[in-house]
Amino acid sequence: MRFFQRYKPGFLDHHDQASGIYKSLFNFRLLWRQSIAITLVVALLPLLVLALIDYRISKQAMESEILLRTARLVSNARRTLTSYLDERKFALNFLILDNSYDQLFDEQRLTLLLDNLKSGLGDWSELGVIDHSGIQRNYAGPHPLKDMDYSHQDWYKNLNYSDADSYQDRIAMRSNISEVFLGFRNTPHLVISVLHSNPFGLDWLHYILRASLDIDRIVTILSQLEVSGEGDAFLINQKGILQTPSRHYGGVLEKLPLAVPQFSDHTQVIESTDHLGHQVVIGYAYITGTPFILMVVKQKHQLMKPWYDTGAQILIFLIGSILVILVVVIGISTYLVNSIYQADQKRVATLHQVEYANKMASIGRLSAGVAHEINNPLAIINEKAGLIKDLFTFRHEYQGDPRLIGLIDSIINAVERCATITRQLLNFARNIQVSVQKVNLKQIVNDVLEFQIKEAGYRRITIAVDIPDEIPEFDSDRGKLQQVFINLVNNAFAAMQDGGKIEIKGRMADNNRGIVVTVSDTGCGIPPENIEKIFEPFFTTKSGKGGTGLGLSITYGLVKEIGGSINIDSAVGQGTLFSITLPLIYPATKGEADASITG
Amino acid sequence: MRVLLVDDEEELVSTLAERLAMRGIETAWVTDYRSALALVEKEQFDIALLDVRLPEMNGLELKRLIEAKRPGMKFIFLTGHGSEEDFKACSAESGQEYYLIKPVQIEVVMAKLNEIFRP
Repeated sequence: MRFFQRYKPGFLDHHDQASGIYKSLFNFRLLWRQSIAITLVVALLPLLVLALIDYRISKQAMESEILLRTARLVSNARRTLTSYLDERKFALNFLILDNSYDQLFDEQRLTLLLDNLKSGLGDWSELGVIDHSGIQRNYAGPHPLKDMDYSHQDWYKNLNYSDADSYQDRIAMRSNISEVFLGFRNTPHLVISVLHSNPFGLDWLHYILRASLDIDRIVTILSQLEVSGEGDAFLINQKGILQTPSRHYGGVLEKLPLAVPQFSDHTQVIESTDHLGHQVVIGYAYITGTPFILMVVKQKHQLMKPWYDTGAQILIFLIGSILVILVVVIGISTYLVNSIYQADQKRVATLHQVEYANKMASIGRLSAGVAHEINNPLAIINEKAGLIKDLFTFRHEYQGDPRLIGLIDSIINAVERCATITRQLLNFARNIQVSVQKVNLKQIVNDVLEFQIKEAGYRRITIAVDIPDEIPEFDSDRGKLQQVFINLVNNAFAAMQDGGKIEIKGRMADNNRGIVVTVSDTGCGIPPENIEKIFEPFFTTKSGKGGTGLGLSITYGLVKEIGGSINIDSAVGQGTLFSITLPLIYPATKGEADASITG
Repeated sequence: MRVLLVDDEEELVSTLAERLAMRGIETAWVTDYRSALALVEKEQFDIALLDVRLPEMNGLELKRLIEAKRPGMKFIFLTGHGSEEDFKACSAESGQEYYLIKPVQIEVVMAKLNEIFRP
């Protein structure tokens, strides 16, 4: 807070109370706010709009990329699974066509076929032959399933024997891939059945080759899919029962907690919400000729994670940029507005100075005119009164009344007083040739003090002079400088009660081009309202006590003439400090209007 | 000692002349430069007391004209404009600092006359 107070720009506290030409040209706080607002809008709006557009476009691109990748994955997996199942179906078809009815009903033969299948295509666990009545007539495998009746089971019915009329011996239409079930073995497996009809030209005398297939291989195929985003690939049937285990949605033969997607010939990708409320991307495909639906479920937030990470980095960069822009805009606006403010303050101060100098010049001309015009009638009064006095002096008949002489003396004294004032007025206004010479400041001050030491002694006023010897001699008007110091010392005497202190100090000016002399007293001080008027002629607080109000105005004029400036600093009850800056080089032209007054 | 007084203020110049006369000085006074030149033409004066600011012609020019007619005459300038500029101009013309500032006390005039005309 203190830091802010220290560096707070001036215009923030500026309250314009002046009017006319002294009024500030701008409302600086408004200008500052407008400047910041407009610059910020121009700088930040395009940045924010671009960031928003980029956010949306990159998000859309990311999402469509995810959908595309998922669709491709599902298509590939579907092709793999289809060819896997087709391969096995075709193998059974080959067996049923390649072996005669009798061969298939031969137990040894069937066992041999199962062994061949296992060695060639693996995964097979059993092989059976079922006759047209639904009874398993031959069986090769680990379980005692010979003579098992399948006539009431769905897969058997699905082979659609009853539809004999439209039957053509086309293998694909007479094969079936069952859903996954536990069966007698109590392990999840599926069954592929192929039907061969008309072994002897009798349509109704068909038989079925039926083989059980473990789902391990399918599970392996699915688990080998590179599913990104904590994804899950599994099969379900059309009732939504899981046919292979899922990472997130349950084990085999459990109910999938997601809705069964709508049928479609092609691979589809949809976005949905799972039972836990997570956003998921679901790719699915109905595997033709099977009861299976291939599902690939990906967690959307995982898929979008790279984009979120990039987005977070961009957001941090954006916020950083905005902060930098804010700091720069506020900094530059403050600097510029403060510069304008300071320029305006200088303008007002200069106007004040010019006005003051003009006022002083006008007063000077007026004073000279008035003094000159008054001097002539004053001279006449003087002469007439003098004549009367002469008459009293020289003619015996008028000498009887001493009171009349006294009256005449009063008139002549009054004329003398008037003459003193007019002379001071003319001094104030005079336009003089200067006599410039090398002067020594210390010498001048000592000369002046010689006349004052006596009075100082009477009044117990101490006078301290501190003018270092380093101060060089400089060109100036000796007489005027003396007059200036006489006036200032007199002024200090007048301001003090007995027992005060006067200090006269000299030093080089900060720019080394001048000398600063200060004359301070411990007197009564000058109230702030009087400081502006202190150098005006006839301004006096000693009226009735012999002050004409011209002393300081003459001092002002003298300092101005020798190219210097005079400042005053005063506190009521503490004292007054006059500070005079004198040039080392005497100005070539007389310095008009360059004396400045500050309180 | 004869003194010529030239000032456009008749009230002033006549009274001053009368007062000087009371102190035993022989005076003549005029209020413009023509009369002054005419009088100088006719009569002999030792000192001229000239106002610096006269109508039509200032005291310094008048001094030069009179001096041409009467070389060796002394001059005192009288000015109502008590500025140093005037003093300097007067001093330069008179050769010495013979100038008086209005209003001037008679004792000062007498002292200046005596100073110039010191035997």
